[in-house]
This record gives sequence, structure tokens and C-alpha cells, in this order.
Amino acid sequence: MTSTRTRTRLAVFGFLGPFLALFLATIVFPLGYALFQSVTATARSGAFGEGGGTTVFVGLRNYAAALSDPGFVSSLGRVLLFAVVQVPLMIVLATALALMLDAASARGVKLFRSAYFLPYGVPGVIASLLWGFLYTPGISPVIDLGKVFGLQLDFLGAETVLWSIANIVIWQYAGYNMLVIVAQLKSIDRDLFEAAAIDGASSWQVITRIKLPLIAPAIVLTTVFTIIGTLQLFAEPLVLKPLSSAITSSYTPNMAAYNQAFTNNNYSLAAAESVLLALVACAFSFGFLKLIGRRQNA
Amino acid sequence: MTETSTPDTSTLDSSARAVTTGTAKPAKPTRKVGSRRSGPARILLPVGLAVAAIYFLFPVYWLVIAATKSTGSLFGSSGFVLSEPQLFQNLENVLTYNGGIYLRWGLNSILYSGVGAIVATILSMSAGYCLAKFVFRGREFWFNVILAGVMIPGTALALPLFLMMSQLGLVNTYWAVLIPSMVSPFGVYLGRIYATAAVPDTLLEASRLDGAGEARIFFTLVLRLMTPAAVTVFLFQFIGIWNNYFLPLVMLSNPDLYPITLGLVSWQSVSDRNPDLYQLAIGGAFMSVIPIMIAIVSLQRFWKAGLTEGSVKG
Repeated sequence: MTSTRTRTRLAVFGFLGPFLALFLATIVFPLGYALFQSVTATARSGAFGEGGGTTVFVGLRNYAAALSDPGFVSSLGRVLLFAVVQVPLMIVLATALALMLDAASARGVKLFRSAYFLPYGVPGVIASLLWGFLYTPGISPVIDLGKVFGLQLDFLGAETVLWSIANIVIWQYAGYNMLVIVAQLKSIDRDLFEAAAIDGASSWQVITRIKLPLIAPAIVLTTVFTIIGTLQLFAEPLVLKPLSSAITSSYTPNMAAYNQAFTNNNYSLAAAESVLLALVACAFSFGFLKLIGRRQNA
Repeated sequence: MTETSTPDTSTLDSSARAVTTGTAKPAKPTRKVGSRRSGPARILLPVGLAVAAIYFLFPVYWLVIAATKSTGSLFGSSGFVLSEPQLFQNLENVLTYNGGIYLRWGLNSILYSGVGAIVATILSMSAGYCLAKFVFRGREFWFNVILAGVMIPGTALALPLFLMMSQLGLVNTYWAVLIPSMVSPFGVYLGRIYATAAVPDTLLEASRLDGAGEARIFFTLVLRLMTPAAVTVFLFQFIGIWNNYFLPLVMLSNPDLYPITLGLVSWQSVSDRNPDLYQLAIGGAFMSVIPIMIAIVSLQRFWKAGLTEGSVKG
């Protein structure tokens, strides 16, 4: 029998090794590579770069270029505006749905919960295709319905298309976020409700004094991930792009980075833009967590 | 929104919980109420639930109706009512268009999601088990690094991954999508929590005394005990890969390798030139969405199990 130490070492190598190798190769290394790229540039020799390129260190020049590009900056502003509206809307809706399901009588709850969760199984691009049809004049029954009431609905105009995208994202993820909150609601000790009932608390008081404080962790969690996901907006506007002239190829930061990389072959600038976006997402998530933490302590 | 944050469930829960639990103040007795739900609430609640259900279901209803229509009546009739239904004709068109490419996309999607999710599940369960049950130097360090990996948006990684894959000559192969899909840091997190709670040390010691090797202990004993967590990770990973768009978009240019998502978008994007593709995209969306929806709803208890796992045991 081998010694325990060798055995442990071998086990760790065998059990953790494969995951760690892939983790390093597909997450840690690409991250480092993106950072490296964002501070370098390829200097081409020859008129069309046929002489090959050499990589040179350029410091923060790519970041400066990204931040002085009005297209990228406005895309960043656009997703921030989008997030400011969409994140609270999403979270309030998800929380309201969870609380409503919790308050409803047992019958039908399962059915409703399934209905709300269903869109999570629809891939983002297919959800966008679907809503895209519902936004398209001539096919959309919603626009037809609007006409009956004398409304001229335009879902794809310059002013409205961002909120049409917000609707797609909410449709897809509200039910999922709801389920996270429902899971936490279910874990509340039922004795608390009995005690509250004996004390004569109204159902509104039960919600504000017991349920909301106890599901706060789930709400915080879904908020953080909604913030991160929202700023990464990519598939939805890309799919709606052929339908709306308001969506440019750098409509969101991710689209801008994709465009830089694959249309302009400027990987360094694309990397800098991706890193900037990740930093903004990071700042907002931690900012939010800090804000919550301070409230808790106050 | 991208698919990056799919497997997020309760990752931060334990820390968030530590901050927030214990803040619930017991409700102050203010007035005595007999029945806890008053008149208006009793009516408003079901109405609210029903309105929400209509919102979430009506695009699906529209899709089902639209999938039965000919290209002509798609544009010519109301989207809410049936008009000369010809569902099977439409589905046949989808399946036979361009030499049956749709079927191929479907199989590709199943391959990417199935293989990716199975490998990701086994790797993350074994890593989680290792982090839970073996004491070694750097254990907490690696766990924290993996946890940080949960927060990194996949879109930030897609471009550098593409450049790496092209260096390796793997761009435009199944591997380019499969390899990154096999990694689930969230799965490791869940696996560690679950193994800590569900795998008794005494059992491991007993099997070791009986002379069982570590690999055998893991595959015959531990994996079975960790099944609930494994199923949850598998489902999240499967849906995550199935819904992913950015990664295959960046990696693949050969339509033969496309998953369904990429294929349908390629139809939709040229449909203004070829209106028949509208109907094909709708029929294709219908066929891919319905089975997943059925699966999602019927497997709901597993999602929930996973979600509570993170929050309760964390």
C-alpha cells in the first residue's frame, strides 16, 4: 500500500487536475491573453502587412483609442442606460411574481410557475427572432391590435428599439430569477409565519417584515448577475439588427468589440474594449454589493 | 443578454447570506386580523398571476400558430388565429431545405450540449469532491480562483479563445466549441458544497481500509451520492451550451458545424431577400423550442433542488 501522502497527492492530481487544466486553458489563460493584447499592437511591415507583424508594447494606447471613439463610448452609455432601467424592472418583476406565487393558494401555482419559467428554455437568439417577428409590421398581431385601438406602434424605431430589446431580456430571464427567489422563499422557517399570524400581522406586514428581509440574499444575487449579464448585451440587438436601421454595428460594447475584431481585424482594440466592459461590469457589481453592505450596517 | 451568467444560481449566496441573515425583525403586532387576505387582494392576486402568464405565454402561442401557416398567410392573416393550417408541410420544408441541413444543426446542438455537459459535470464533480474531502496545500487558493471564474463573462473570453484556437488550428472544428463548454466553475462550487454535506468521511475511510482505490471509490460510491448535484450541474450546463451564441458565432464559419441557434439566425438574416426563409426560421424555431420547453418544465424539480442546495447548504 502506498503511503497516505502519496495517495492524497495522486488523488488530488487525478481529481482536480483535469478540471484545473481546462480551467486554466479556457478561462485564466484567455483572460491573461486579452489583457496582454490590450496593451500591445501589431506593427505591420510592408504596404499590406505582407511582411508579417511584430508585436509591440503600446501601454494604454488601445484603451485611450477605445475611450476616444464616440461609437464605443455611446455604446457604453447605451448599455448603462439600459441597465439602469432594465435591472430594477427585472428584479421587481421577479420578486413580485415570486411573492404572488407564494401567496396564492396551492392550486394552479405549479402551472403558473412553469409558464413563467418556460422562456428560460428559449435561446436568446431564438427569443429575439420570435419577438422580432412580433415587432415587424405586417406580421405582428400586436401592431395589428394596436391599429384597432388607433395606436401607431413602432417597436423598431430609434427611440423605442432599446426598450424592445429590454422586453426580450425580461421575457427570457424574469422567470429564472423568480425561481431563484422562490427557492429562497421556500427555505424560510414556516414557524415564523405562524408566529406572525398569532401576533396578528397582516399579509402585507409578513411580506415587508419577514419575507423581503429573508429573501434579500437571493435578490442581491440575482441583481448582481443581471447587472453583469445586461452589460454584455449582444445576441438580441444582433438578431434585431436586420429589422431596425436604428441598430448600428457598434450598438453595444460587445458588438463594437466583435466588429473591431472580425470586420476591422483590430484584435488589440477589441481586447481593450472587452476589458473595459468587464471592468465596468465589475465596478457596478461590487459597487452594488458595497451599497447593500453599507445599508445593512447602518 | 448573453448566456454567460447562466449557471449563477446561488454562487454568492453564502456570503450574501452571511451579511443579510438575521436582519429580519419579527413583525410588530399592530392590529388583529382574522383572515389574513382582504377583499381586493383576493381578486387582484389571480388577475395578476393570469396577466403575467399571458405575457410569458403569448409569444409561444404566436409561434405555434405561425408555424402552421404558409408564407402567404403568415403575412396575410391575423397572427392570433389559425388560417389554413399546414404544420406538417412546413416542418417537412424545414427538414428538407438545403439537403436537410436543419437536422444536422439539431444533431450538432445535441452533440455540443450533451458531450459538453457530461464532461463538465464529471470534471466538476470530481474537482468539487477533491476540494471537499482532501487536505492539501493551496486548496483554498484554488477554490477562490475557481469561484472568481464564475463571475467572468464568457463574452470577454470568446475573442482571446478564438485567437488561441486559431493558433492551435482548431477554429472551425467541433473542438473549438466543445472544449470551452467542458468547464463549469459553478459546478465545482456546487460539487464542493454538496460533497461536504453528502459524502461521509467514515464511508471513505471504510472503503479505503477495504482496499478500494481512489478512482473506484469516486466512480462507484461518491458519484452516486452526489447525483442530485450532478443532475443540476448537467442541466445548467446543457441549457447554457444550447443557448450559447457568441462562442459558436466566433468559432465557426462552416454551416455544417453550426448549432441550431446559429443556423436559424443565418436563415433570418437573409429572409428579406428570400421571404420563404421567414417561414423556415419560424418552423425551425418551433421545432427546437418545444422539446426544450417540455424538458425544462418536467425537470423543474431538479432546477429547484439545485437552487436551494446552494442557498441552504452554503
